[in-house]
Amino acid sequence: MFENLGDRLQNALSKIKGYGKITEDNIGEMMREIRLALLEADVNYKVVKEFINNVKEKALGEEVKKSLSPGEMFVKIVKDELVELLGGEKAPLTTDKKPTILMLVGLQGSGKTTTIGKLGNHLRKKYNKKPLFVACDVYRPAAIDQLKQIGKELNIEVYSEGKENPVTIVENAIKYASETGHDYILIDTAGRLHIDETLMQELVNIKNTINPHEILLVVDGMVGQDIINVIEGFNSTLPLTGAIITKLDGDTRGGAALSIRHLTNVPIKMVGVSEKLDGLQEFDPERMASRILGMGDILSIIEKAEEVIDEEEAKKSVKKMQSGKFDLEDFLSQLKQVKKLGPLENILKMLPGAKKMGLNNINIDPKQMARIEAIILSMTPKERRHPEIIKASRKIRIAKGSGMKVEDVNRLLNQFEQMKKMMKQLSSGNMKLPF
Amino acid sequence: MGLFDKFKNIFKKEPTIKNDIEIKEEEKELQSYDEALEKTRKVFTSKLSLLSTKYKKVSQEYFDELEELLIMADIGVNTVMNFIDQIKDRVKKEKIENTEDLKEIIVDELFIIYVNNDVIVNKINYSENGPTVILFVGVNGVGKTTTIGKLANKLINENKKVMMIAGDTFRAGAVEQIIEWGNKVGCKVVGKENADPASVMYDGLEIAKNENYDVVLIDTAGRLQNKVNLMKELEKINKVIGKIIPDAPHETLLVIDATTGQNGISQAKSFKEITNITGIVLTKLDGTAKGGIVLAIKEEVNIPVKYIGLGEKSEDLRVFDIEKYIYGLFKDLF
Repeated sequence: MFENLGDRLQNALSKIKGYGKITEDNIGEMMREIRLALLEADVNYKVVKEFINNVKEKALGEEVKKSLSPGEMFVKIVKDELVELLGGEKAPLTTDKKPTILMLVGLQGSGKTTTIGKLGNHLRKKYNKKPLFVACDVYRPAAIDQLKQIGKELNIEVYSEGKENPVTIVENAIKYASETGHDYILIDTAGRLHIDETLMQELVNIKNTINPHEILLVVDGMVGQDIINVIEGFNSTLPLTGAIITKLDGDTRGGAALSIRHLTNVPIKMVGVSEKLDGLQEFDPERMASRILGMGDILSIIEKAEEVIDEEEAKKSVKKMQSGKFDLEDFLSQLKQVKKLGPLENILKMLPGAKKMGLNNINIDPKQMARIEAIILSMTPKERRHPEIIKASRKIRIAKGSGMKVEDVNRLLNQFEQMKKMMKQLSSGNMKLPF
Repeated sequence: MGLFDKFKNIFKKEPTIKNDIEIKEEEKELQSYDEALEKTRKVFTSKLSLLSTKYKKVSQEYFDELEELLIMADIGVNTVMNFIDQIKDRVKKEKIENTEDLKEIIVDELFIIYVNNDVIVNKINYSENGPTVILFVGVNGVGKTTTIGKLANKLINENKKVMMIAGDTFRAGAVEQIIEWGNKVGCKVVGKENADPASVMYDGLEIAKNENYDVVLIDTAGRLQNKVNLMKELEKINKVIGKIIPDAPHETLLVIDATTGQNGISQAKSFKEITNITGIVLTKLDGTAKGGIVLAIKEEVNIPVKYIGLGEKSEDLRVFDIEKYIYGLFKDLF
């Protein structure tokens, strides 16, 4: 998501590596580069100014630590400043009230309804909550239908009364939730302009009726400089407890995300990173700063893996790998686990040094994985356990069964053999991981 | 006559050669831009005015603040940098000292960036025979469906036989949304949920051909421009349309949200690679966002704006007019 900004910053930073000392002269050009990179990323103009001044001041005033080269020192200063900009600490959602009431607000098209779905899914998975969605967008055509469809997909109940007064709807929804034992109430509201007095008053009325624990502003990751007016508009009437940045899986540099906290003190709590209903992550300033600077984000990968991968299953695979008994049956089960991680390119991008390995622009066709799966599924269990018995006529049958060509079957078998060899080497300690 | 002078005339209502009715129409249009951009302008122009009060003489500080002002309006960073250089050049050549005299130049130069010696056509390119097909594309949440509903309303009022095709079969509720619009403005909708978008388009276009529709407005699912598979799908949609009606789509409009920042340039570039984008619809201009990114898009990708959205009601769609847009931004200067 932030690759472009990261690239530019890294380019700028690489210029200082050779210097023995940080001086006003040798960082001058770099500071201009960083400034442009941030501006092109839609970071708020004032924030850029401040950021540049802070970095400069710290870099020039810093006592040179013996353990760090001036280049490393400078990168560290930039990163620390970025973390600071992004809010410093994580800001978790309120989850301990019974029931917890959360309300999403924002401009039209920022992604509120989709985010409600993702939030419900997240809260249920991570905090064992029993969410209830409340449909209060009574203006946009078919908004209620949209929420109902998402609810159906996730098997989460949606409370709606059609196009009634939203204040009445939320009141009734809360009564309903206490009767039915829902402990997390998520309220979807209509998109509105922060300067629309009537509709802003409606939000105030909802707020005064139910006193939500969280009022989150949903912000499109692609927004430009005007976001500051939007946030100030919402924050001065409501006030907000946090923000959620959506659509960060695009190629936006997301500078708005970098500016919100600093300008308004409203913390970013979650970020939307894919269209799928599990594509919502907790926002972590430290990790985000690392990712922007191309330092990778292994922690997020591990966290994601822990969420979806069956531990028992994984242990079994590892044992088999080490003993060299790994067969296509295991491979298939791994493939299924990996699929749960979501688009592979998202994972690859988070690896440290992804850019250097050329992984940042990689595009993996999800159909490719489906094809591999189809080939393996067209084998008999015996063939999967003993791939060496697959000879010409079996190959033809497998190819036909999976709708692929014999070459494809060959390629898969070859790749599998190579993988097995590599695993043996890895487990015998003859090879180092590539990173 | 420079643009600045022209605005001055409009503002002072000096007589022009146009007849009364035309003037009235023009005033009405101008007024709607004026009202919609009022909030936008309040922040923007008052700052520019302040700038001229703060700095009587042209100086580096003046340029720095001017740069900030333009960047805050989301006019692309490159565009702004070039623009400032341009102004500095003129200041040097024409020996301008007073910032007051610069106001006029700023407005003129902004206009030149957009126009850039092109003949700007913001009329719809209607097909000579058979239905005119207009395809709407864009990222998620910019207002494609709403724009289609509003344009259908506008065309129906012009006595055209209009059909909308619900090509967004992906997002939950998108088909219902366009059907509601159809009911509201009295327009036929062809669509089926969870169907392949290409097949929906096939069905719709066949009907349009056989039943002599004048205009077909095709909705598509929102897609982020870096999603390869979704962009490929768009390519396929285009082919299907061209197979059923040769030369179609006659217009492909990229819908962009006025709040969009620098990413708008990337959106325009990527969508242009896949489809023949003929124009932009700039939506949600009734907020405080200035939509300045369209100036950068015109300069860098050369796509003009054809329509702007100024609200959620069915009549809130206007043909774009760069003069009125810049006037709307700078009115308080005159």
